Amino acid sequence: MADAAIAHDEHQTTTGLPSTKLGMWLFLSSECLLFGALITAYVLYRGSSLVGPYPNDVFDIPYTSVSSFVLLASSLTMVLAHAAAEQRDFGRMRVWLLTTAMLGMTFVGGQVYEFTVFVEEGLRIDTNLFGTTFFVLTGFHGVHVTVGVLMLLSLVGMSSARRLPDDQAFPVEMVGLYWHFVDIVWIVIFTVVYLVPTPSPGG
Amino acid sequence: MRNRLFGAIGLGAVALLLGSCSGDLPQNTFDPAGPVAQKQADLIIPVLWVAAGVFVLVEGGIVLIALKYRHRKGEERTPPQTHGNTRLEIGWTIAPALILAFVMVPTVGLIWELSERPADAMHVTVKGYQWWWGFEYTDPEMTVGYGSSGPIVTADTLVVPVGQTVDLSLEAVGGGARDAEGEADHAVIHSFWTPRLFGKQDVVPGHEGNIVFSADEPGTYWGQCAEFCGLQHGRMWFRVVVLDEAAWAAWVANEKTPGAEPSSALARQGMDLFLNGEFDGGQCIACHAVGGTEAGGIAAPDLTHFAAPTHECFAGCNWDTFVNGEPNLDDLKAWLRDPGAVKLGAKMPDYGLSEDEIDAIAAYLYSLT
Amino acid sequence: MASVSVVAPSKGLVRRPMATGGFWSWFTTVDHKKIGIMYGISAFVFFVIGGLEALLIRAQLYQPDGTLLNADQYNQIFTTHGITMVFLFVMPMAAAFFNYLIPLMIGARDVAFPRLNAFSFWAFILGAMFLYSSAFLGGLPNCGWFCYAPNSTTDPTSGATFYALGLLIAGIASTVGAVNLAVTVINLRAPGMSLFRVPVLVWMGLVVQLLLVFSLPIITVALFQLLFDRRFNTAFFDPTRGGEPLLWQHMFWLFGHPEVYVLILPAFAIFSEILPVFSRKPLFGYQFVVFSGIAIGFIGFGVWAHHMYAAGLGPVANTAFGISTAIIGVPTGIKIFNWMATMYKGDLRLQSPMLFCIGGIMMFVIGGLSGVTHSIVPSDYQQTDTYYVVAHFHYVIFGGGVFAFFGGLVYWWPKVFARMFPERLSKLVFWLMLIGFNLTFGPMHILGLGGMIRRTYTYPEGLGLTLWNQLATVGSFIIALSVAIFALGAIASFRKPKGLANEDPWDARTLEWMTACPPAAHNFDEIPTVHALDEFWHRKYAEDKEGRLVRVPAGASDHEPDGHGVALAIHLPSPSFWPLVAALGLPVMSYGVIYSWWLIGIGAIITVTALMGWAMEPSVAEEH
Repeated sequence: MADAAIAHDEHQTTTGLPSTKLGMWLFLSSECLLFGALITAYVLYRGSSLVGPYPNDVFDIPYTSVSSFVLLASSLTMVLAHAAAEQRDFGRMRVWLLTTAMLGMTFVGGQVYEFTVFVEEGLRIDTNLFGTTFFVLTGFHGVHVTVGVLMLLSLVGMSSARRLPDDQAFPVEMVGLYWHFVDIVWIVIFTVVYLVPTPSPGG
Repeated sequence: MRNRLFGAIGLGAVALLLGSCSGDLPQNTFDPAGPVAQKQADLIIPVLWVAAGVFVLVEGGIVLIALKYRHRKGEERTPPQTHGNTRLEIGWTIAPALILAFVMVPTVGLIWELSERPADAMHVTVKGYQWWWGFEYTDPEMTVGYGSSGPIVTADTLVVPVGQTVDLSLEAVGGGARDAEGEADHAVIHSFWTPRLFGKQDVVPGHEGNIVFSADEPGTYWGQCAEFCGLQHGRMWFRVVVLDEAAWAAWVANEKTPGAEPSSALARQGMDLFLNGEFDGGQCIACHAVGGTEAGGIAAPDLTHFAAPTHECFAGCNWDTFVNGEPNLDDLKAWLRDPGAVKLGAKMPDYGLSEDEIDAIAAYLYSLT
Repeated sequence: MASVSVVAPSKGLVRRPMATGGFWSWFTTVDHKKIGIMYGISAFVFFVIGGLEALLIRAQLYQPDGTLLNADQYNQIFTTHGITMVFLFVMPMAAAFFNYLIPLMIGARDVAFPRLNAFSFWAFILGAMFLYSSAFLGGLPNCGWFCYAPNSTTDPTSGATFYALGLLIAGIASTVGAVNLAVTVINLRAPGMSLFRVPVLVWMGLVVQLLLVFSLPIITVALFQLLFDRRFNTAFFDPTRGGEPLLWQHMFWLFGHPEVYVLILPAFAIFSEILPVFSRKPLFGYQFVVFSGIAIGFIGFGVWAHHMYAAGLGPVANTAFGISTAIIGVPTGIKIFNWMATMYKGDLRLQSPMLFCIGGIMMFVIGGLSGVTHSIVPSDYQQTDTYYVVAHFHYVIFGGGVFAFFGGLVYWWPKVFARMFPERLSKLVFWLMLIGFNLTFGPMHILGLGGMIRRTYTYPEGLGLTLWNQLATVGSFIIALSVAIFALGAIASFRKPKGLANEDPWDARTLEWMTACPPAAHNFDEIPTVHALDEFWHRKYAEDKEGRLVRVPAGASDHEPDGHGVALAIHLPSPSFWPLVAALGLPVMSYGVIYSWWLIGIGAIITVTALMGWAMEPSVAEEH
């Protein structure tokens, strides 16, 4: 969706809304079903693992809470970036975009670390249904965050190189839509996967 | 166009009539031989008549309109520029809905009726392998009189008494046998179907499916796997052999006895090969069982009563065990020579048996009555 | 169209392609019309390939115990036939019609995202080539188009892996294309064109795109799960580790049934355009046709488990899905009655597009009626997975869909190519195809009721169904003949010089006929202002006091002149090779999943680089 950053000739659309924005909303609604299906698979298989490790054996809730907080904070910096763009303060906008990207990278880095710890504790993607559904769900989300980071960095680079259209707030808004969506999805995943207790035969 | 169309309808109707009367369609769903298939056919046939009525009305209407209002050369006509008619729309929304509602009432009734499991049924577990069927008679009075007193086990033919309600439990099995390339059979989805007796029920790994049925007349009824299950899905056949009371009693008595001791020297030699032979890639008894001997493999068809006349066919019913009442040695030997050549991908490898060994094993198997 | 070759502005990452004519321009075009033509040609090629596979199937089943193909080959062929016809023929052919026609019908200069449009096409074609490359890399997919787990997850060949990856690429293409076309319809309509003045084709296009937007993510997840089960040994569908094989079925059909309507609604769209033109009457009950299409789209998400009656979901689920299946017959019936009423008292011109439509509707009625019998759940235990079902969906998708496509091709041929399709040949194609079609698929009803299962590479003589199989085989070769004649007709039309005696040869009703044949790159010199449904017709004809049509003399229209978008100020999106490059990374990554992590990285770098270049490149090249 990198081209979402490109504003087309939006002046004469039927709805008055820019087509890119409509397209982004449609794309995100499709993404809702994608994550819906992944989360459904996780919920469906909750407690169905025949062997451990089970969620209680590996989850470190405080650790993940902190990284979740980092990701949530990045939504705030994203809003600040957009506000700066609206005020045509493009230097400040780039700073906030970079901050957002850094927070996103921190989250992904935390996730990678979490994955390696789980693997060391014996939970791999092929260990049991918990491993299968957990890694696939959170992995998909991690890929989405990574794509978002790439888009943020591209925005920063293009803005520095003066390759963005005059109205820089618009591409920032579009990437922001995507970024907020990915954050909201994480809130759901964090709640469903980490916070809702899972009955586990092993303890 | 009209002539051709009505010709096609006529042809179709004739075909259906022919189909439902002739006896040489062993899987004809419109020739039921038991109450379940009967109810399933009785439900659909009136619906098909309704559909035929709609068909004639709609298709006839289209053809009539097309002919009547077709443009003729030299004729100048302005069609009325009608845009719609709400009453008509409501009418042709409600009319089909009513017809469908009318049809759905008995449908729902039969869905629930067929899902019932009567208490007085005989219980058989059906096991779907890649690509043959095994049957285990799990009721207490159906245990064998030898060894560890397990259930009567057959392969390829399901034998039941006439008129008896049978409750089948369906199970997908795999992981035992391997083909020549070392590829194991897997527990995959099959579907158990005997068109003249009952409709399909899928055999799903991890689930226990059920079919309740009975047969009205003694005879042999064809069935086959109906859900794509890999390479040889097309040849995963079986038969349901329905016996009258006397024949059933005799069959049960025979099944409870161990495999017969071979009488001829050749058959004894075959028995020795079967039980003790070590061939390229394995032993017979690793997968096959013969009741009363040390052969206790469970990954492949049980051969205890291989040569019983009710065991009509073998290897997913790829070939008949008897032709005109005589042992079908040709097909058995071809199978022993190279199962994969008879049935590509068969989970019995080619053991590189010599012709003498094949003759001996064939003689042994046909001694197991 | 003159070839324009201009040196690209120096600011781009790489020199930008500017040519809009010539062979190579097809690789960089972002013109919806050229992309539509490419969709059409590729879809037709895959129709021929899928058809050849069908001929192999029928040749194998001509006699009992056929030996033309062995079990392995047959399983590959029938699987690929299904995948090809669904994903590589019907869907892209529908995309061809929608891409070419929607912007023209709504008075737009292009789709909302022209470069994404090109990306969709290239992703589709590369995904298709990836799928077919499996033929040389261990065998074509062999798990059926439905690819049920755990047979698909345990199969030792790599066919199902190619299946999953190929469909993922095609799914990306379809999702992007669907978003693009949906936004186009919502946002780029000409002034005055309210949603209830758009042609039915545009409406059905919108419904189809929305169905895709909401159903493709589900199959995407399922395909990833299948892929991971095969490639990374995950446990999604593995019953030995607690996995649930039926989860695949639920997800597949939750996508798969809306997909059925994705396949058939384009046909309804074409019927609804052609019938009024050749009846010289407006479409009867426009709103009802539109709303029934929307209703079909909605209910289409609630019938998926009628593919699973025999899976043992229990009487409650079977009752519910039986009823929903019966209900979906109602809006479908509404459409048929409205088409009949459109023809009623019309001045029917039985030219070949009209014949294809009438024939198509009649065949569809048969498929619809057999579809309603699928709601009779207990009887469906008998019919499911037999040739009865094969007959049913071919009457729907071939009888409805393919007939509509051929009618549509002949109808819009002059629009696209500025040449008429030879009428005598297309009539011959119609009659041959009608006969061949019924001879092929009619007997399959009897085959199914007579107990012949689907997806079987053989049947014994004792089954007693040899005659019907032979008829079907003969019929299939008659269909092949009709398609060959169609191809000849296409070639013949191109041997004539370009140019039409009449740029409105059918006396049509909708906007696409208001512009030149073929339309200029910018579609309309002036974007028309729309005052009514069937705008073009109303500019040509008025009704007198008795309701008769009176031709409005040219220039005497009471419409105000169209004032929007003066030709001089048109900035069309410029060609770009980034969409092609971005799409190229997808099959590279897919090979990587099968063969090497390195390839995944290379593919990802290709795609990301292309997307960066794309983002840096202005949609419209700057003035110079």
